[in-house]
Parts: sequence; C-alpha cells; structure tokens
Amino acid sequence: MLSSVGIGLVILVLILSFLIIYIACLDLKISRQTVEKKIYNLSLFQITFTVLSFFTLIIAFISSDFSLINVYENSHTNKPFFYKIAGTWGSHEGSLLLWVNILVIFSYLFLVFNHTHNKNFRLYTLIFQNILILGFLFFLLLNSNPFSSIYPVPIEGLGLNPILQDPALAIHPPLLYVGFVGCSIYFSAAMASLVSGYSGKLFAISIKTWVKISWCFQTLGIIVGSIWAYYELGWGGFWFWDPVENASLLPWFAITALMHSLIVLEKRNALYSWVIILCLLTFILSVTGTFLVRSGILNSVHTFASDPSRGIYILLFLSFMIFSSLIIFFSKYKKETYNFNLKSREIFILANNWFMAFFLVTVLIGMLYPIFLDVLTSVKISVGPPFFNIVIIPLVVPFMFLMAVGPKFGWIKSKNKIFHKFLILILGAGTINLFIFYFSGKYSLLSNLIFISAIFLILHSLLDLKNFINNRNKLELPRIISHLGFGLLVFFIGINHQFSIEEDFNLKVGEIKKTNTYKISFEEIKIKESKNYKAVIGNFKLTNLKNNLVQNLGPEIRIYSNPETLTYEAAIRTKIHSDLYLTMSNVSRSDYYNIKFQKKPFMIWIWISALMISLGGFVQLTLKKNEN
Amino acid sequence: MKISFVKIIIFSLIIFILIVFWRGLKINNNYDTKSLIGNRISNFKLFEINNEDRYIYEEDLKKNKYTLINFFASWCAPCRAEHKFLLNLLNENKEIKIIGINFKDKKINANNFLKELGNPYDFVGIDTDGKTSILFGIYGIPESILIDSELTVIKKIVGPIGQVQYDDITKLTQ
Repeated sequence: MLSSVGIGLVILVLILSFLIIYIACLDLKISRQTVEKKIYNLSLFQITFTVLSFFTLIIAFISSDFSLINVYENSHTNKPFFYKIAGTWGSHEGSLLLWVNILVIFSYLFLVFNHTHNKNFRLYTLIFQNILILGFLFFLLLNSNPFSSIYPVPIEGLGLNPILQDPALAIHPPLLYVGFVGCSIYFSAAMASLVSGYSGKLFAISIKTWVKISWCFQTLGIIVGSIWAYYELGWGGFWFWDPVENASLLPWFAITALMHSLIVLEKRNALYSWVIILCLLTFILSVTGTFLVRSGILNSVHTFASDPSRGIYILLFLSFMIFSSLIIFFSKYKKETYNFNLKSREIFILANNWFMAFFLVTVLIGMLYPIFLDVLTSVKISVGPPFFNIVIIPLVVPFMFLMAVGPKFGWIKSKNKIFHKFLILILGAGTINLFIFYFSGKYSLLSNLIFISAIFLILHSLLDLKNFINNRNKLELPRIISHLGFGLLVFFIGINHQFSIEEDFNLKVGEIKKTNTYKISFEEIKIKESKNYKAVIGNFKLTNLKNNLVQNLGPEIRIYSNPETLTYEAAIRTKIHSDLYLTMSNVSRSDYYNIKFQKKPFMIWIWISALMISLGGFVQLTLKKNEN
Repeated sequence: MKISFVKIIIFSLIIFILIVFWRGLKINNNYDTKSLIGNRISNFKLFEINNEDRYIYEEDLKKNKYTLINFFASWCAPCRAEHKFLLNLLNENKEIKIIGINFKDKKINANNFLKELGNPYDFVGIDTDGKTSILFGIYGIPESILIDSELTVIKKIVGPIGQVQYDDITKLTQ
C-alpha cells in the first residue's frame, strides 16, 4: 500500500514541476511586477507532496514494511528505532528521494524569501530549478525507485550495514545533502541571472543567504563524516584523502571561494562573471562527486551497491547540465575590467580564490588521475596522502598568512600603518614555535613554517576578538570565529602529528606489553550479547609509567547478525589534552590478538576548532538583515 | 556565441573527461577473485627479494608446466601452517614450480622465515607495498594461484593450503 502511495506522490510532484515550468514561462511574457499567484500555490503543493513522499518512506522503514524492496534490503525488525529512520537515507534510492526533497524545499524557499527581487529573475530561477527537479525525478522513477514493491513479501529484511549504524553517520548524509544539493538553487539562480540580465550587486544579495546556508551544512557534514571515520573505522586517523572524501572537498573549495568573492560582488560590484562561474561549478562538482560515488567508479567505504545504468543516467544529466550552463554562460559573457589596489581587501579575497582554485585543481587531479590511467592504460594506481600532503601543505603556509592579514585591509584602498604590528606578531609566533620544538625534539622546516603561520593567524584572530569585545561590530564576528577555527585546526593537527605515539603488537590474555610510556596488560575477554550483535570485549589495563595512572579500556570485536559482518570498535578515552585509542582484532587460528595502541594529543581540540569554522557561518546566518 | 581558442580548449577538455567517465563505468572494479579462474595472468614483472636487478615476467612462467604462485609473509601465522605442504609439493610433485611473493613484509624477516622453515620456492618475488598482489586479485594472505603453461588460472586458494587443497592440486596437475 505504502508503495503505491509513495509512487503516486512522486508522480504528482513530477506533474506539478511541469505545470510550474509551463505557467512560469507564460508569466514571463506578462508585464506585471509580481509573480503569478498560481505559481506560489503550485509550489506549495509541490513541497507538500515531496515532503509527504519522504514521510511515507520513513513510515515504511519504521513499520518494517518489507513489501518495499528498499526497506527489505536496508532494514530489519531487530534494528533500533533510530537506525530504522536513518535507514531511509542509508540506501542509494532513499537518499535520492532526500535529494529531490532538498531541491524542492530550496526552490520553494527561494521563491518565497526573495520577493523583493526582479520578477523575471525569480521566474527563470524557478524554471531552471524545476528542470533539475525533473531530471532527478525521472532518475528516481525510472532507475532508482525507493517505492518499488516486491512480491511475495519477505518475512524479514536484510539489515543495514553495521558500520552505518552510528549516530554520527546517521546525521552525516542529511547534513551533506543540504550542503551539496542546496548549491542547486544558486546554480539555477546563476543561470537565471545570465538569461534575465539581473546581475551585479542585487544578484549577490539574492543568493548570499543560500550560499551561506549550504556552506555551513557542507562544512558541518564533512566534519561529522571525519568524526565518524575516527570513531568507527578504527585506524585512528580522521582524514584519509579517500576518493570520496576528496569528492566532498571539491565543491567545498568552490563554495568557500564563492562565499568570499560574493562579498566583493556585493560591496564593489565587481567579479560578476567569476561569481557566476563559481555558482555553476559548485553544483556541477557536487553532481560529479555523486556520479563518481554512485556509479561505483570510486571504491571506498562509501560505495553503494553499484550499478552501471545508474552511472550512465547521472553522467548524461551531468553532461546536459555542464553543456547547457557553458553555452548560456559563453553566449552572455561580457568582459569585465577591474582595477584593484594592491593594498585593498579585494586583492586578498582574490588571493583566497586563487588558493582555493589551486587546492581544488590539486585534489581534482589526484582524484581523477587514477581513473584516467585505469581507463586509458588499464594500470591501477592509487594516489594517496603523500601526494596531497606534499602539494597542499606547503601552500597552507602563505594561505594562512594572507588569511590573517587580509581582513585588516579596508575596501578600495588602505593606508594603515599596520606592518609593524605584523612584525611583532610574527616574532611572537616564532617564539611560541621555538617552545614547541624544544619539547618535540623533531625538526623540519615545513612543520616550523606551519606552526608559525598557524600561530600568526591565531594571534591575529584573538586580537580581532579583543577588538570585537570593545566595539561590538557584529559584522566581523563570524569571520573571526571561522578564521580562528581554521588557525586552531591547523595548529592542533600539527601538534597531533608531531606528538602522536603509535604501537602495534600481538598479545594474548594475561600478557603484558611495555612501551616507553605505557604498560598495557591484557586482563580478560568477555562476551556480550546485544540486540543486533554479539561482542567480544577485551579488558585492558593501561598504566601510565610517568604518573602511575591506571585506566581500563575495552575495545570490541562485534559480530553483527543482519547482515553478518565483523566490525572492530575502538576503545577511545578522550581527555582534554589527549586521546587514548585502542583497537583489537583477532589473529586467525591463534589465541593472539593484534593490538593497536595510539596516544593522540589534542584530538578533541581538532574537532572543536573544525566545528568553530562552521560555527562562524551559523553565527552569520543569525545576524539580522539590518546588521548584515 | 563566437568561437575562440579558449572555448575550444574548455569544451574539448570537458568532453574528454566525460568520455573517460563513460568508459570508466565499464571497468570492472571488483577484485572478486572467483572470476579469475579461466582468465590469463598478464602484465606482471616480479623482482627478486634479495637482488632487485633480477626479475621474472610472463614468459619465464610459460616454461613451467604448472606454476603455483603463493603469497606469504613472515608476520602471517597461517602462512607458517601451510609451509610444510609447500615443501611437500616441492619434493613430491615434479610438475609444479612454486613462486613465492612476499607480501608487505620486511626483507630480513622474510629471509629468516625461509631459513627457519625451509625454502620451497623456485623464485621469491617482493611486493613491499602490496600493489603487485592487487594485480593478482589478492585480498589478504595466504593465498595461492595455480596456473598452467598458458598462464591460465586453474585454481585459486584463499587461505592456507591444507591436506584437502594439497590433494586438489595434485589431482589437477596429473
């Protein structure tokens, strides 16, 4: 029953999209200043039906209605309630429905909230957005229908992949989707701006809130994914330059560049074409990432059961998007000339954009090169962390310097004598850096530079924070939080990298292993039965040899029943100054267990500073219009 | 729209990328080793563990009637267990040559391993980073692949070789 309800709702949304496009096209020819009332009503119906279809799927998951293939393949009656709901977007089909939901929601909100803007611009945006909606609706109905039914109805479902049964991962996809699919609205708006000629400052104002919203969610989504990897995958790392992580970074670089250059467009009415390119690029990269992940070209923890026909459809739609946007862009392109003073904020924002473009191209090449090589020469290689670390990290140094200095300059031209302050701060940063290296004992030029530039950025942001407390200029606060967050992030990652300890050894119950700083004793093994898994829990006693502090850690090996899978759960003891990280895995045919012990300083601070970056964006969203 | 050099470059680049994506869809990314049987091994070059100037490649294996390629490491406990079967194969089955590929291991440990347990291998290749093994569709070790003189895979053994697998190999090579 739910199957027909769901399909019926989706088809209604499809019909409404056609109607909206048709009526919007008619409305374009009428010389009235306001948008036809009918369009509002149709959009309201559209959003209602879309959201209802999503709720239908959620209900199917909650009630374990296995007459739906999607529920049968991704759920199980024994699954905890929370993960039944999360299962809705855990599969390819369900997540596509979420995708369509976000397209429709953004479409509606853009129409309603931008009522002060030019009518034709809004109508064109609506038309382009509905073309996108149609594209994904057809994909959903023809190829990836979450409401497909199965007969005879199975008694029990297959269950959700256990590594996805994690709170961080349950919220990770919706966050990312708001971030990535939210970009669609300014893709449509950029196309509309080209076609309707509604450009410049007003265009910037019309899209800036949407850019910020999607930036915040993208940033948060990426961070949550990284936290999940740290807690769940059991490697003790938090960023792996995995192809799918890279796929998520590409639109993030583009959108971060966009968010900055949009300010220039708003304040100085310059860089219009560049802003348009970034608007188009951000969503195109989002869809490209989706294509690479869903088609199974990239192999990683994110791989959905792959299906080439799925890939071909997304690829066709992607090509359609790219070519239509390029043709419209080139046919409307007008050359802009601008003359920025070297000591102006514009120049620094432009510099930010060049860095972002560089990072984007580097990651893009690192991600695509193995695919190209495989296709053209059948040679399989993988481009891993060494490549990205070598190419990207050195560039982070000047990037952070500019990030600290840039906001100090005013628009158009500055005459401030601020250079002596820079000098003092650099000296300060250098001194702190010396202390760090005195304690670490490891020396490399690059890590010194990283620390100096990070501390420089932190000091600068702290001074700004002090100024903010004095003069309460709210406009500056979001920027200060985000920049401070970035400086702290790089700083703590650097510290973490320098001072981490890692030991790898085999132990059996009753044995003791001594490292330089810790005594690790394997006390016993316990078996625990849980609702949907059985766990083998090791009890380890860790004694810190310096202060004789004793802690107990219990890493687990979990055997999930539906589907039958083995996962390794790290035992993590988080403290304000460091994390203790212990994983255990069984060595087959022996009573030894392989133990991986890590001590990672300031892990919690890495998360806090990363969250600060996105917090800055959220703070900006809360600022009222007149303050903004 | 006027046609300019830049536009041509941009369009051809994008078309190229899209074509590569399209071709990429057809590539089998799955290292499922079941499909390996009946396929021919090609395109490999193995370097000697103690002398990286020495290597073998496809043509060298064509001289053997049968070759068993065995993936092992000193840190792998089941590899120890299967070792005596490999030695038996060496002594009792004259049709087979055994090639060892040392997987993600340290040279010293690998050599000690062979010194301690005996060396059944006709040639010991090195695969420090595990890339060569990916070419052979190896998930983990121990694994072994039996190929004939045409380099066609006739059997793939995942996990250690025991008496059952040993008998299978003997049957297949008679």
